[in-house]
Amino acid sequence: MAQVLMKDLNKKYDEVHAVKDVNLHIRDKEFVVLVGPSGCGKSTTLRMVAGLEEITAGEIIIGDRVVNDLPPKDRDIAMVFQNYALYPHMTVYDNMAFGLKMRKFPRAEIEKRVREAAEILGIQELLRRKPRQLSGGQRQRVAVGRAIVRHPQVFLFDEPLSNLDAKLRVQMRVELKRLHDRLETTAIYVTHDQVEAMTLGDRVVVMKDGWVQQVGEPMELYSRPANRFVAGFIGSPAMNFAEVVIKDAGGTLWAETPGLRVKVPAARAPRLRAYAGQTVTLGVRPEDLHIAGGAENGDHTFSAVVEVVEPLGSEILLDVKAGTHSLVARVEPTVRVKVHETLRLALDPERLHFFDARTEAAI
Amino acid sequence: MSRRPRRVLVMMVCYAIIGLFMLFFLFPPYWMAITSLKTNQEIESLKGIPLVIQQGATLQHYVDLFTRTDFLIYFKNSVLVTIPVVLISMVISVMAAYALSRLGFLGAGLIGTGVFLVYLVPDSLLFIPFFKIIGWLGLLNSKWSLVLVYPTAIVPFCTWLLIGYFASIPRELDEAALVDGANHAQMLLRIFLPVAVPGLIAATIFAFTVSWSGFLYPLAFIFSPEEMVLTVGTVTTLIKGDVYHWGGLMAGALLACLPPVVLYVFLMDYYISGLTAGSTKA
Repeated sequence: MAQVLMKDLNKKYDEVHAVKDVNLHIRDKEFVVLVGPSGCGKSTTLRMVAGLEEITAGEIIIGDRVVNDLPPKDRDIAMVFQNYALYPHMTVYDNMAFGLKMRKFPRAEIEKRVREAAEILGIQELLRRKPRQLSGGQRQRVAVGRAIVRHPQVFLFDEPLSNLDAKLRVQMRVELKRLHDRLETTAIYVTHDQVEAMTLGDRVVVMKDGWVQQVGEPMELYSRPANRFVAGFIGSPAMNFAEVVIKDAGGTLWAETPGLRVKVPAARAPRLRAYAGQTVTLGVRPEDLHIAGGAENGDHTFSAVVEVVEPLGSEILLDVKAGTHSLVARVEPTVRVKVHETLRLALDPERLHFFDARTEAAI
Repeated sequence: MSRRPRRVLVMMVCYAIIGLFMLFFLFPPYWMAITSLKTNQEIESLKGIPLVIQQGATLQHYVDLFTRTDFLIYFKNSVLVTIPVVLISMVISVMAAYALSRLGFLGAGLIGTGVFLVYLVPDSLLFIPFFKIIGWLGLLNSKWSLVLVYPTAIVPFCTWLLIGYFASIPRELDEAALVDGANHAQMLLRIFLPVAVPGLIAATIFAFTVSWSGFLYPLAFIFSPEEMVLTVGTVTTLIKGDVYHWGGLMAGALLACLPPVVLYVFLMDYYISGLTAGSTKA
């Protein structure tokens, strides 16, 4: 069991600055997910922790050792790869035993650990098979098994579920979470899938262009995104954005754009007052939009034309147009609306997000 | 035209083409075999039909080959040359290809291309400078000169071939082994090379064939029968001036073909079975 510290971590390839000044403190037994679009530096960061990429600048500490110059084998980590990377010429048993054999564990201990891991993962019957005789899900279990037999200080997962089909991915996600609760080992998990990040992580690190954008617990990222990128990346369907102008009308602030006029809640006014007369980005999540009832306060309603109706069973997504803005609203499955119909929509004033138009930071 | 007859037609065309190719490639061995079994009278008879045996088969040419020529010595020399040539070439090629394809040092790509260009220089250009070098080393008229010379042609090609094969092995496989606790040597021997077996076999077959069938270098470097290898030995013994002992030549050529054929048959199964299947998601 160990903490992982990254201090001013940088990675430069010839031309590309892939990872920029990453500072992270991953606590003992914590499950931390690095998430971001492809090319954001998340995998490179993980591979530096594994020792598969050289560190250009900065420091990585696992437990209480600086591991910068240690080869992967001496870092006491185990890694699960996206494409499983099982040894094709070995049986499942030998695949799982390989790491222990390399570390010269006694035969009986190897046998015990492999059986134990196989039982946890439900692959006891597969131990004599070769990887090519396994399905994708089974291969992924073996890859996880190969990692857990070692009882390492840290687990590293590099997009382990992205080769599985959607249904299996959800199932394995739950299994991984259960496994982590059971093994209580520090884990760093890389994914581009924000749902995986939110469901698995004790904390989530959002990255973009090599920079860490925000670190926080899943719900914290969701409800208080640090900037426009995080706001748009976390959550599906994504947050709606509209460029609005802040207007001061006798002390009350309004966010305005053609087709949309919203009163800024009093609690948000002090910070937004500095932006009076300027353009800012207004963000509102699809579930914070609803069809306005008769009693609704006119300060937070606007009219919109329905363009697409997407019934998902448990909810309906409405793609609407308000002025020039395309928005998505998530409404109750009981709502009956037709395409081209004009609706009154209301937004939840307490759950509006404002971002600086230039820096994109949350206001 | 409906689908079925069309498919049958396509198949017929395919088989016709395959048949043509088989005829083309199997005709020379057939010719060798049949000539080696004919009596000298029949071979030299202008009335005979070359494609069939009319006057009865004989094994006399084979008996003569073993009893009246140094064929067995040539055969032994070929084996003695080929085994070390294949071993040396493969060890160097594997290490070079691994370094060039995986270690990613500065200029690896350029060196890789350079290695292949070396292979393109023809033997007929190289044997003169090689003759001088072999002379300096005191290896003229020794079969061991070939052990030194053949790898210069084999290593570049095999390295190039293996670079290509190694590139198809997912990098995660080596990385998994390194994370699992292997050092570079253990990873190479226990994970990487077992997975690369089909590529290694292709390279081995190539190395064997070059060494076994080489003609120009032994012709240039070796003079005495006791050091001679099969290819040159058979020809120099059985062609006396302008007299061609066709029966013996064909018998010798046919026997010389056997080891490569056996090797191909034996290794082809390994070669074709895709060993990498299942290690990663295709």
